[in-house]
Amino acid sequence: MTNILDKNIQNALFNYILGLGDDRLILGHRLSEWCGHAHILEEDIALGNIGLDLIGQASAYLSLAAEVENKNRTEDDLAYFRNEYEFKNFQLVEQPNIDFAYTIVRQFFFDVYEGIFLEELAKSKFEQMAGIAKKSIKENIYHTRHSRNWILRLGDGTEESHVKTQTAINDLWKFTGEIFSENENDNILINENFAPDLKPLKSKWNEIIKSVLNEATLEMPENIGFSSGSRSGIHTEHLGHLLAEMQIVARSFPGAKW
Amino acid sequence: MNQSEEEILRLLENVFDPEIPVLNIVEMGIVRSVNIVQNEYRIEITPTYSGCPAMHTIEKDILDLLNSHGIKNVKIKRIYSPAWTTDCFSESTKTKLKEYGIAPPVINIKEEFLKINRTCPFCDSDKTKTISEFGSTSCKSLHYCDDCRQPFEYFKCI
Ligand SMILES: [Zn+2]
Repeated sequence: MTNILDKNIQNALFNYILGLGDDRLILGHRLSEWCGHAHILEEDIALGNIGLDLIGQASAYLSLAAEVENKNRTEDDLAYFRNEYEFKNFQLVEQPNIDFAYTIVRQFFFDVYEGIFLEELAKSKFEQMAGIAKKSIKENIYHTRHSRNWILRLGDGTEESHVKTQTAINDLWKFTGEIFSENENDNILINENFAPDLKPLKSKWNEIIKSVLNEATLEMPENIGFSSGSRSGIHTEHLGHLLAEMQIVARSFPGAKW
Repeated sequence: MNQSEEEILRLLENVFDPEIPVLNIVEMGIVRSVNIVQNEYRIEITPTYSGCPAMHTIEKDILDLLNSHGIKNVKIKRIYSPAWTTDCFSESTKTKLKEYGIAPPVINIKEEFLKINRTCPFCDSDKTKTISEFGSTSCKSLHYCDDCRQPFEYFKCI
């Protein structure tokens, strides 16, 4: 399939799939940072499991991206040997863990997005990409149930958990605008029915977030000053630090196997 | 090619899931196809969960087993579609899981979300509680039986 694609579309697909892989790789890595640090063993295992699902999905997308690019790069080359400005993940997913409330709010924003997005991506005319999306749908159901339940417990919990969760929501809100933005690259694929049109999905996301925050006695922030640009390589200061840690071994010992 | 596709498939019934050593990878539906193409055995496998860490071991086990039978020209490809699902588990697979001490998946994920209590694989009681929705591997959750007072794992629907 990939060798009969028009050059423009091939390039757009490569960028697009790279973005999908990067979102899940970076968020999966963030969750892995909790390993051995969560407040209870069960939660440590939960965050580890969710991170593992995301890194597995990232591996599938990045292999496919490498196949589409057709320049002899592998998924590992893409994960470990690209620099910060070449990463296309949402700024939301690179935000540091800070505390459990931040981690859960970041996850909840992403999980709800992912649930809505995957249903549409699964209809893509590019079957290999649609296949990975379909595979992830049920995994996402478990992830969303986990983060949603925590939002309810933290928001409607103690005064301290409520304040911490509201603070995380207010701070992370500015990163939720770009998850539904579209660029020229996306438009090429939307026209070909390769990628879903995100515009109609935003209101659905807002509705779900609003109803859960409401149930959790939390406030929905106002929409002012969204940050953007991640799909063209613009990131917050946190990504570089994450990549330094994630890539150090592969870069110090290129080609090492164990 | 000395072995037929059917014979290779039969051989692969000797490769077991490293996490659940009572189930082989053919009955689990991890092996999707075996084809002979241009003097090569092409085997397609699919992960249970996207991040299933057992996939590397399974690939290695397949190669080791076939190599030990003198079969060298093997290519393994991971595929994701159609997605692997527990909905296709046969009754005998579910019985093996239960006898091994893992509560088998219910009919599908919708049923699972509706029926909160998992049935204890040891005493069949429904008086159980969930300890953790995520267990020792992606595919399992942790529970406790109030009747026989045993912790147990449940194979989640996916
Ligand atoms: Zn029991």
